[in-house]
Amino acid sequence: MTIAIPPDRNDSSKSLQPKGWLKYFSFSLDHKVIGIQYLVCGFIFYLIGGGLASAIRIELTSPLSDFMARDVYNQVLTLHGTIMIFLWIVPVVNGAFGNYLIPFYVGARDMAFPRLNAVAFWLIPPAGLMLISSYFITGAAQSGWTAYPPLSISTPAAGQIIWILSVLLLGGSSIFGGINFIATIIKLRRPGLKLLQLPMYCWAMLGTSILVVLSTPVLAGTLILLSFDIVAHTGFFNPTLGGNVIVYQHLFWFYSHPAVYIMVLPAFGLVSEIIPVHCRKPLFGYITMVYSIMAIVLLGLVVWAHHMFTSGTPPWMRLFFTIATAFIAVPTGIKFFNWVATLWGGKISLNSAILFSCGFIINFVLGGITGVALAQVPFDVHVHDTYFVVAHFHYIVYGGSVFVIFSSIYHWYPKFTGKLLNEKLGQLHFLLTFIGFNLCFAPQHWLGLNGMPRRVAEYDPQFQLINQISSVGALIMAISTIPFLWNVVYSAIRGPKSGDNPWRALTPEWLTSSPPPVENWIGEAPLVTQPYGYGTHRNENEDLSSNEAGNVREQS
Amino acid sequence: MVKTSTILSISIGILLIIGGVWVGQNVDLLPVDASTNAPVYDELFKVLFSIGTILFVGITGLVIYSLIKFRRRPGDSGDGQPIEGNLPLEIFWTAVPAIVILFVGIYSYDIYDRMGGMQPLSNNAHNHHEMSTQQRLWGGIGSGSVSSSTPGEEEPIPIEVTAMQFAFLFHYPKGDIISGELHVPTGHPITMRMESKDVIHAFWVPEFRLKQDVIPGQPTILNFTPTKPGRYPIICAELCGPYHGGMRSTVVVEGMDEYQEWFNKNSKTVETTA
Repeated sequence: MTIAIPPDRNDSSKSLQPKGWLKYFSFSLDHKVIGIQYLVCGFIFYLIGGGLASAIRIELTSPLSDFMARDVYNQVLTLHGTIMIFLWIVPVVNGAFGNYLIPFYVGARDMAFPRLNAVAFWLIPPAGLMLISSYFITGAAQSGWTAYPPLSISTPAAGQIIWILSVLLLGGSSIFGGINFIATIIKLRRPGLKLLQLPMYCWAMLGTSILVVLSTPVLAGTLILLSFDIVAHTGFFNPTLGGNVIVYQHLFWFYSHPAVYIMVLPAFGLVSEIIPVHCRKPLFGYITMVYSIMAIVLLGLVVWAHHMFTSGTPPWMRLFFTIATAFIAVPTGIKFFNWVATLWGGKISLNSAILFSCGFIINFVLGGITGVALAQVPFDVHVHDTYFVVAHFHYIVYGGSVFVIFSSIYHWYPKFTGKLLNEKLGQLHFLLTFIGFNLCFAPQHWLGLNGMPRRVAEYDPQFQLINQISSVGALIMAISTIPFLWNVVYSAIRGPKSGDNPWRALTPEWLTSSPPPVENWIGEAPLVTQPYGYGTHRNENEDLSSNEAGNVREQS
Repeated sequence: MVKTSTILSISIGILLIIGGVWVGQNVDLLPVDASTNAPVYDELFKVLFSIGTILFVGITGLVIYSLIKFRRRPGDSGDGQPIEGNLPLEIFWTAVPAIVILFVGIYSYDIYDRMGGMQPLSNNAHNHHEMSTQQRLWGGIGSGSVSSSTPGEEEPIPIEVTAMQFAFLFHYPKGDIISGELHVPTGHPITMRMESKDVIHAFWVPEFRLKQDVIPGQPTILNFTPTKPGRYPIICAELCGPYHGGMRSTVVVEGMDEYQEWFNKNSKTVETTA
């Protein structure tokens, strides 16, 4: 067999890269370093966004606006949404795990465009710092992460413009990443590796990147027009100058609904990698999983107006978007049944990774059910823009994506560091997160049904008790990060060595040392045609030969 | 052995469905229903709640059962069964959600139609003025229900709603009344033409199960018929600025006599109303 991609020894820029921990602060071209940069940077922003969430929950423990000024409250909710979406979930489920894993999965030594990759990452810290610093300079944007005009035109301009600039930078980073992933998956595959032999995360990232490349430019264009309305007093979206505010909403949601899938599809892919390993079973229904990802991509592009059922849309449009939205439940449902079927009859290690993955399944099913309900126009007109919607999308993006991020960290930490995490602390982290999350968000469904709108600092006193219960849940969620942070930092320094493949996994990233060398494999990249071949005869032989940890198998 | 487990799983499935339907029928999570729209909405809510309960309890049960039943025993480092798929099963769980979704879609279309969401606005006699000036009107749910009313029924009461940071104003063209509170008589259809002076607001009465954005430069229509006397909150549901949370008003639903009394007391025009 020929070497897929010869190790590039002539590239002098590689040797100029700093060694040791300093490389994480450098313009490194190594996809693994960039992946870790995305992950750690994203987590720092998660802590900031979480702090803002805590401020919101403190404000809402009493029905009066008494904890912070009203305009500050609106800045806080705007920053919370923007940070959590654009600086935490999107960069981490795409950038962090995508950069780290995709080159391994396709059998490449790096991404297709390493420099573009580094540029994409280094756009994020300045964009994030700019966004947060706007709070201290002139006051941050205060029109919500949706920035609907005319509110975004009439609120203080400086904060809104900084918000637009940083979202444009983050969108640019996202597009660079998307192009890179498509090129890597399509063109850098190791010879002999067919598309339908790729691990599921590759398909998820291919679908996600198609969505990113198709829809993010629309958001960029829209925000540029909005910035013209703010600084140059044009009238694209300004009704007093003849503009149309509904056009903004169509353009905004043309990106921002696919953005939900940009946050969720990679999470689906990651779960599809994690569950088979810890169940010792092949992924159930590989082909249907691939088709359902592509169906979600297609449908995800034609459902945006379900965010606008109360905005004033013609009846035919409401009908079309109801049907299209509800039908996303079919391919999504297929994926969930397939994961349950993968669990069924396996030999499940009840570790933190699988607990977070199963927590994801349970949370996301609830979020999906409320999603199908919200897709129905008559249902939506009552609960639109209420706490019901807040509960729904937190079940999708926190109960879904963030649970998967934690699951993935528990799963790939030995790969990243060569150390094992403490399992007891991990399970404590899961328990606190799961209880805190459900206590925080489940009661919010009731709040929305009974008349509490979202984005308010003051509310009807009859809702006080439920809001306080919700805030207690938020407190437990905040506490849950302590065992996690301690675990990750302590284990990196003092954790026991994991060996190269502690989970006896078959996906390609585990078939090299942990942490891997700079160009991923010392010799030739292995050809993995059955990434989920657990329980087959072939796999057992391989396992026995490569099992250096000395786990003698007692199975006959 | 296979037979008993099949019987067991089928009976668990039937129990789950019966339980789900029972929970859906007996759930009480919504506020008072105070418009003709609300009981129709609650019907849909019950059906969705039943289906949701069955799916959620079913899948959660399967996950928890798998985690307990198929957990790895200490000392066992073997693999599970190498099952890579099962076509009949895949077809089954593609078809069942598709059928459920189709049913929910058709059912909610029917609900939407009964709420009057599907009638074209151009039939509405009250909008003729606007239509002739070529300004497009966008309606919410119930926007067409007035036009569908039989000729024998009462004329709907027209009200013009103006939203601004941070208040609603209700203008009754018949008596030239401008009020901060919305007064409506029970059992009488109301047609509201809403427009915003500054940013986007939304008119929401949870007890009516109705919401419609109030948009600057784009008038919207909302029609409803209140059914239960009482005072209900009107809530702005679209972020509109610092005092968004405080942008509330009240709708007073009262008997025809009380409404007429209030109307006459505030009317600026000569007594001509009937």
